[in-house]
Amino acid sequence: MAAGPVLDPRRWPIWRGRGAVIGLPYAWLLLFFLFPFVIVFKISVSEMENVTFRDLVTFKDGLLALTLKLGNYTFIAGDDLYFKTYLASLKYAFWTTVLCLGIGYPFAYFMARARATVQPALLMLVMLPFWTSFLLRVYAWKGLLSENGWVADLLVGTGLDQLLLALGLISAPGKLMNTPFSLVLGMVYTYLPFMILPLYGNLAKMDLRLLEAAADLGATPWVGFWKITVPLSKAGIIAGSMLVFIPCVGEYVIPELLGGPETLMIGRVLWDEFFANNDWPLASAVAVVMILTVIVPLAIFNKYQAESQEART
Amino acid sequence: MTVTPNASGDSAFLQIQDVVKDFDGYKAVDHVSLDIAKGEIFALLGSSGCGKTTLLRMLAGFETPTSGRIVLNGQDLAGLPPYQRPLNMMFQSYALFPHLTVADNVAFGLRREGLPRDQVDARVEAMLKLVQLTKFAKRKPHQLSGGQQQRVALARSLAKQPQMLLLDEPLGALDKKLREETQIELVNIIEQVGVTCVMVTHDQEEAMTMASRIAVMSEGSFLQVGTPGDIYETPASRFVADFIGNVNLMDGTLAVDEADHVVIDCADCRHFVGHGITGTAGMAVTVALRPEKIHVQRHKPVDDFNTVSGVIKEMSYFGSFTVYQVELQSGARLKISQANTQRHRDDELTWGDPVWAHWSRSSQVVLTQ
Repeated sequence: MAAGPVLDPRRWPIWRGRGAVIGLPYAWLLLFFLFPFVIVFKISVSEMENVTFRDLVTFKDGLLALTLKLGNYTFIAGDDLYFKTYLASLKYAFWTTVLCLGIGYPFAYFMARARATVQPALLMLVMLPFWTSFLLRVYAWKGLLSENGWVADLLVGTGLDQLLLALGLISAPGKLMNTPFSLVLGMVYTYLPFMILPLYGNLAKMDLRLLEAAADLGATPWVGFWKITVPLSKAGIIAGSMLVFIPCVGEYVIPELLGGPETLMIGRVLWDEFFANNDWPLASAVAVVMILTVIVPLAIFNKYQAESQEART
Repeated sequence: MTVTPNASGDSAFLQIQDVVKDFDGYKAVDHVSLDIAKGEIFALLGSSGCGKTTLLRMLAGFETPTSGRIVLNGQDLAGLPPYQRPLNMMFQSYALFPHLTVADNVAFGLRREGLPRDQVDARVEAMLKLVQLTKFAKRKPHQLSGGQQQRVALARSLAKQPQMLLLDEPLGALDKKLREETQIELVNIIEQVGVTCVMVTHDQEEAMTMASRIAVMSEGSFLQVGTPGDIYETPASRFVADFIGNVNLMDGTLAVDEADHVVIDCADCRHFVGHGITGTAGMAVTVALRPEKIHVQRHKPVDDFNTVSGVIKEMSYFGSFTVYQVELQSGARLKISQANTQRHRDDELTWGDPVWAHWSRSSQVVLTQ
């Protein structure tokens, strides 16, 4: 915002009111995200001393000392378990996002093009799963995919498990649980509404006359879809993808319940470091690296988006 | 305007044959037939909901006629989807693609034809030159003014060299001053390209200035089809007379019915009409009289026919002309429009003045429906 209007005394009260409204969520984020993050970061560079952490800043014999222990980071960099786990997390999050987009886009599209009277009902159906605990729903998949579950029976009966085996998503025929397949299935199932809702919001407000104009100029419905609908829904695609990708990277519950030994994700490693090994500094370092791997590319991407938005107006 | 409907053509360029469009029992277009010649600019004129847009959308292929045929240049358009029809449309408020530049908007249709790149570029350049937007090729639509967007839409719809151009309220989104300038510019471009054109408008002025022929539509049917002059000077019905321009409508009865003249008795005067009509003495008719055909003066005219007296109740000064509303003896009001040919009249008429109004024997139109 330019400095001019803010300094204009006539606009002061308005500005102050608006500032409060905008400031509240920022204060919230500061208090519950940035501040804890600083604490986590502090722990990650601290040394354990029996049960407590040694102070970072010490003053002894007239010597002010700042002690930062970087060993945790060098350890993470040195042990390729962490690197592989980060990579696996990004990989599963990526495929989950791609599948959610592939399933969610047609879903949102037909929802947005449905008769106006049935749209609220369809929207309700998308949100209905939220009425049951997420934990229960993920747990239910355990039953559905285990040996006598009907989904498993169906997949084995139709021979689809052979296909999954060929794709390397499961390791033995008929064994669906605790595989990359069950993990990604669970994540897609859980995060699909987060893809559909922003896409629906975007597609529903699209001007359909643009498609008529495209058809009039010789575009078949298929070409009109790719040349007009998809580019115009870019904002929805980005929003939905972020809402799916970011939480998937750090997902703990789904890999824990549906994943297996080969699907180690960073959330699981974090848990182990914190609660099994009780190595808080190392666990914090893992968390810091995870946040940075997600946030830094997103921040760059957002900046680029904002700049291209700026260029448009 | 300059193009006259071609009367010599064997079969018309566009034939609309007994077309009906039924929306769940509501006939938006009701048994409409029309022939349009090559090179014509034809206007469908009517108020909203009269079916003009539905008819245009059936030409473009966005609606399917319930019954009837549409034949363009010998080809029946039935069953052809919009993207295969050899005609293009300029949409109301333009429907420009917001994510594409001006040049890409114009190129959109050409790329669908699979033209080689250099031909597309050359054609886009020619179109932008035609509408004088070469400088704006790289801009996005929202960076343009309303008039510029209108020209992009025109360039886009002409780029494929369609056999027919459809215009849906082409100037509806522009303000009055710009609209008047654009009307002439638009007609010039259309005539330069030589494309046959069907436009839809609710603005009679737009239809009159731009079109070579007009169809006045109401409730899904054509009330009258003709040149702007025909429709204005010889309206076929009360509705058309009232819809196009200003008019005084006077109900009366046919008193004298001769081959070369008729006399009609109305509440305030006796009309002498200098031509015969098809009717019988005693039947109820309506006399339509345009305000600019009436002369207003202080003294009683010589002629007993076509003369009324009254008092000026309202005056509206428009600069080039003044409209008087004169209250007649029966209480009815007569609208009279006088051109202000002198800067200061010696004897200016004003509110409350008793006046006489008079018109010639060929000014009236006798309406029987």
